[in-house]
Amino acid sequence: MSSENLEKLQQSDAPASTAVHQRDVGKEEAAAQEWKTAALVGRTVTVNKPRQELYAFWRDFNNLARFLENIESVQVKDPRVSHWTVKAPAGQTVQWDAAITEEQPDRLIAWESAPDAQIKHAGRVEFLDAPPGRGTWVRVTLAYEPPAGELGKAIAKLFQKEPKMQARRDLRRFKQLMETGEISTSARCRQQAQT
Amino acid sequence: MRALTWHGKHDVRMETVPDPEIINPRDAIIKVTSTAICGSDLHLYDSIIPSLMPGDILGHEFMGEVVDVGKGNDRLKVGDRVVVPFTISCGKCYFCQKEQYSACDNSNPAEKADMSEIMYGHPMSGLFGYSHLTGGYSGGQAEYVRVPYSDFGPIVVPDGLEDDKVLFLSDILPTGWMAAENAEIEPGDIVAVWGCGPVGLFAIQSCLVLGAHRVIAIDHHPHRLELAKTMGAEIINYHDVKVREALDEMTGGVGPDAVIDAVGLESHGFAIDNVIDAVKVASKVLGTDRAHVLREAILACRKGGRVSVPGVYGGFADKFPVGALMEKGLSVRTGQTHVQRYSEQLLEMIGEGKIDTTFLISHRLPLEEAPNGYKMFKERQNEVTKVVLKTPAARGAVQ
Repeated sequence: MSSENLEKLQQSDAPASTAVHQRDVGKEEAAAQEWKTAALVGRTVTVNKPRQELYAFWRDFNNLARFLENIESVQVKDPRVSHWTVKAPAGQTVQWDAAITEEQPDRLIAWESAPDAQIKHAGRVEFLDAPPGRGTWVRVTLAYEPPAGELGKAIAKLFQKEPKMQARRDLRRFKQLMETGEISTSARCRQQAQT
Repeated sequence: MRALTWHGKHDVRMETVPDPEIINPRDAIIKVTSTAICGSDLHLYDSIIPSLMPGDILGHEFMGEVVDVGKGNDRLKVGDRVVVPFTISCGKCYFCQKEQYSACDNSNPAEKADMSEIMYGHPMSGLFGYSHLTGGYSGGQAEYVRVPYSDFGPIVVPDGLEDDKVLFLSDILPTGWMAAENAEIEPGDIVAVWGCGPVGLFAIQSCLVLGAHRVIAIDHHPHRLELAKTMGAEIINYHDVKVREALDEMTGGVGPDAVIDAVGLESHGFAIDNVIDAVKVASKVLGTDRAHVLREAILACRKGGRVSVPGVYGGFADKFPVGALMEKGLSVRTGQTHVQRYSEQLLEMIGEGKIDTTFLISHRLPLEEAPNGYKMFKERQNEVTKVVLKTPAARGAVQ
């Protein structure tokens, strides 16, 4: 998703994903993407690490499966294109290619799904300086075309009914991994941890 | 292993469950020697705190011996004797670096934090043996516990200090201390403390150590008031005396300089607000905390005074005296205890004999008798001031 488009969607000084009139924001993003409709979700998390370090970790897409709950794997095909395998209900997977559309070292990575992807989506992660001494603000914004039918239902389940909740959980896991070196779990034994 | 599990209101059982294992690099496994039942465990026993699941292992005041450490743990070693803070804190996030350990940003697992975020705006740290709002971590009323971020939280205690002297470093001693610290005591101050349970009694002790001129303790259990008196407090039995009027008269009409609510959301008494609250709690629809003590404390506090709240609240309160709070210019300080902030200091004071915690223990039982311990603590609060459970691994006999 392009910086220009996001800036246009922004209201007040808050990120576009916080807009009250989601439908209008979605409509504009859909028009920009040439989709039927679009939903926009976003979440910002503060990570107590320098943005260079966070950017470097995220930019190596092989790392993403370590904290994105539903991602089975991300394989890097070339410097721009990666292949995503996502867990779906009943042991199935959904797969797609995504390409990087914009990149600013230590600041920004934006990507879009390939035109033939089952779930059309575009996303970006920004690494912004938090106030001095407070680390980095990591802001993820995702736009997607809500899929219809059976696939839509499966995807809804996949994203815990609400992509915003999934984004929140995944960013929390990213923060835990970056700050503490591990992902918190209250499981008592390894078997519990895997379920 | 054997563990005390929760199954519903007033239904806790000893069960055999799978042993804990190291999952993350910074974990340790502790073999429990002593573990206590906390007043806040009674909120769980009474099903007042939301989001417990049948089979959850309770207990957040425990100590023992390290029997296994993860490969990322360079601080603890097998054989160390440790007291474990009830707050789980990563030691790396912004909040931990500000020593606000119960606000740790990382120890509440991501999949557990949603509900806490909805209820409180932001999720708090993980806690052992408590609600799933605080992570749903298996607790310490068990033979073994998996302790996450164990290279940061647990405090190693010297062999010379027996369990009963240091066990309460896990929660109630630092909680009483922080309550007194939050009261921001100045020379000449009179502090009123509601509730003479373990936290209230430790708060009284801490207020006097921190230089309070006088402390007034409020409760209705004669034995607990007696303990407060032994520690140097003046007492008010609210069955015999009108609390607000008494506090005014005992402070020259000014009101206490600082008030401490060491009761929390299950306050007793037949004040009208409490009865309305109790009906709402029972209805489960309007579901509000019973906040009688907090209301009374705010009204009693002198103008410009301090309100310190170590007592546990979980949800919402009706008829909150926001006018008195604002007009009198009170400041409120509260929170789950930042245990790790006080560990070293309090351990030192215990070692020097400045603080004694053993007076509190009224009953010692084997872990197997934990369900009975809950029943006693719930039903006979006057004489049962603290139940400590001993595992077979404990040093020293169970009385």
